[in-house]
Amino acid sequence: MAYAAGVDVGSTQTKAVIVDAHGAVVGRALIDTGANVVVAAENAYVQALADAHIQEEEVGYVVGTGYGRYRVTFGNTQVTEISCHGRGAVHLFPGTRTVVDMGGQDTKAIRIAPTGEIVDFCMNDKCAAGTGRFLGAVASALDIPLQDLGGIALQSEKPVKITTTCTVFAESEVLSWLGRGKKVEDILLGIHRSMVSRSVGLMRRVGIEREVTFTGGVTRNIGMVRGLNEALGFEVNVSSEAHFMGAIGAALFALDHIVGNRESSDFRVKNSDLRARSI
Amino acid sequence: MTPHSPNGIVGRGVTAGASLFRDWFDRLTAAGHANHPTAYVFVMGSLAELLRVFDFELSFPEINSLQTAVRRVAHEYLNEAEDYGYSPDICGYVKADVAVQLRKGAHPMGTLPPPSLAVATNACNTYVKWAEIWERLYHIPVFTLDVPGTRRAGGQTWPGNPDFSADCAYVAAQLQELIALCEHVTDKHFDIDRLREVLGHANAMTAAWRRVIALNRHEPAVFGALTDGTVYLGVANGLRGTPEGRRYFDDLVEEMEHKAAHGLGTIDAEKHRLVFVGVPCYPIFRRFNEMFSEWGGVFVNSTYLWFASGGADLGFEYDLSRPLESLAEGVLISVRHAMDSMFHQDRAIAEILEPFHVDGVVYHPIKSCRTVSTGLADSRRALMARTDIPSLFIESDMMDKRVVSEAQLKNRIDAFFEGLDSRNARRV
Repeated sequence: MAYAAGVDVGSTQTKAVIVDAHGAVVGRALIDTGANVVVAAENAYVQALADAHIQEEEVGYVVGTGYGRYRVTFGNTQVTEISCHGRGAVHLFPGTRTVVDMGGQDTKAIRIAPTGEIVDFCMNDKCAAGTGRFLGAVASALDIPLQDLGGIALQSEKPVKITTTCTVFAESEVLSWLGRGKKVEDILLGIHRSMVSRSVGLMRRVGIEREVTFTGGVTRNIGMVRGLNEALGFEVNVSSEAHFMGAIGAALFALDHIVGNRESSDFRVKNSDLRARSI
Repeated sequence: MTPHSPNGIVGRGVTAGASLFRDWFDRLTAAGHANHPTAYVFVMGSLAELLRVFDFELSFPEINSLQTAVRRVAHEYLNEAEDYGYSPDICGYVKADVAVQLRKGAHPMGTLPPPSLAVATNACNTYVKWAEIWERLYHIPVFTLDVPGTRRAGGQTWPGNPDFSADCAYVAAQLQELIALCEHVTDKHFDIDRLREVLGHANAMTAAWRRVIALNRHEPAVFGALTDGTVYLGVANGLRGTPEGRRYFDDLVEEMEHKAAHGLGTIDAEKHRLVFVGVPCYPIFRRFNEMFSEWGGVFVNSTYLWFASGGADLGFEYDLSRPLESLAEGVLISVRHAMDSMFHQDRAIAEILEPFHVDGVVYHPIKSCRTVSTGLADSRRALMARTDIPSLFIESDMMDKRVVSEAQLKNRIDAFFEGLDSRNARRV
């Protein structure tokens, strides 16, 4: 069994990745999490297996991550997405010292030691302000597809100054600016800058050190990538696999168990009720 | 009874502490029925030694409030106080106490009597305004002891320094005022021999408190600073200066020494030794600790055991040959230490890392209390600059479950331990 798998059950989307014995990604899947977390994890895993053209029996170890990690019932163990994003980022960009991850309801900053060890991390507090969910609320308020937000924002010449990143108030914030006659692109750039400012603030709390690697679903938003580059004064690393970074990290931890790497072999299964089972 | 537990010695401190707590609240209930004088006091600078001379029953509203959280009814009290007009931003201890007063003392542990006197210090900003609430509700005298604090960073005064003598004289003069007030409230004369007796008990308890904390240098740790330690702390405060308190701590030292001698720890496999900074998360008290113990994490020390014991951890013992002057010195040094152990934590924590074999430090700022939470992020940064000890920063509350997110806490705690395990594995 030369393959390992990671399944990242996030608040919005579930990602699954298969890696080979060298840690190369050979299969991936991305689906909406929905209400049934267990089924989402299983479906993503099955799709990733199909994408890799391998059978389940060829996978030696599965690690679950994300908020739904304890619902990856076929998994062997669980690792937090904080560790997984750090691991995945260092794997793809070995010079990574700072990770900024923006997901559906989390924004997190992670500082990495030269050894690859996580030195510190911090996350948004107990609300989803400034996360992907905020962008989703803005897209909904403007009736614009989520994937188009960044591109439209970059057309702005006179961005409005927005300081809030409250997801609950996103709609009223947008409507109030529209009511004042502001252009959609100017509002959107203001929103992106507000989010960038908040995420850079989080990064400052752990200490910003180059290279900075940007991970999570929000990496697909070109406006956020450009905004981070401008705010930091240098280019952040963004992989085409950035959306899958948590799952990649989880798969690498799973690979450790197959090859006997001590780094993660001490991680214990925290939920003794969970037993690896075939799906 | 365990094999290493002659006469049930192991665990005695927790069970006996709980029993003493029940007796204490029964006495408070009886005091209310008998109209016996009761003093409301705070854990930092309770002046219990002086008040016991006048046979006051002592009620600690901070302890009363946290008990509502431990017993999972705090939300009822908080909601009632907020309905009455207190903002959600006000200290949860204050609000729970206000609701207790609105309910005429109704509390999960009994019926708390109204105060005959309230004694506060400037150790916490909120104490002063909190005591004013009772003053208005009950028209009782409030005595506020002004403890001269640290004049500047690192600028404490100590015996031998003229400023220290002046500070002591300032505190002693205030104590004389308190004595006159107590005589007036209780119609009893001050008895200096009775004070000497109370101070003797307090000295024994202080020495034992220091010894108990020091015994947790043993591996495995002989008590959980966050769980067991909170029970011991309750007795240290509530029964300070009493024969019962002294006996309890004599027994506790015996238990801890027994556990140290036999290598008895608090969990099956102690893997990570931690220091806790802040106030416990009482709304999920047991579960909060479990999130650490599941990973083999044990809290071996806590700043809570320092400041919430009124600085007793420093070990000041009174000179019984000059009780009043020595009480003034002790109050000055201990209360100042309680305050400073919150404000200069990086230094104090750095000093215990090696002797207590600490693997990590957990900072727990809480929404309710700005006094203990302000500056914790800076304090942590200062510690990180001083040492390479891993640390975790998690936020919740001591009373209000509405701002306690267990899933968020667990995620951060799990990641912290994953980092510790990874770090240890690399070292191996």
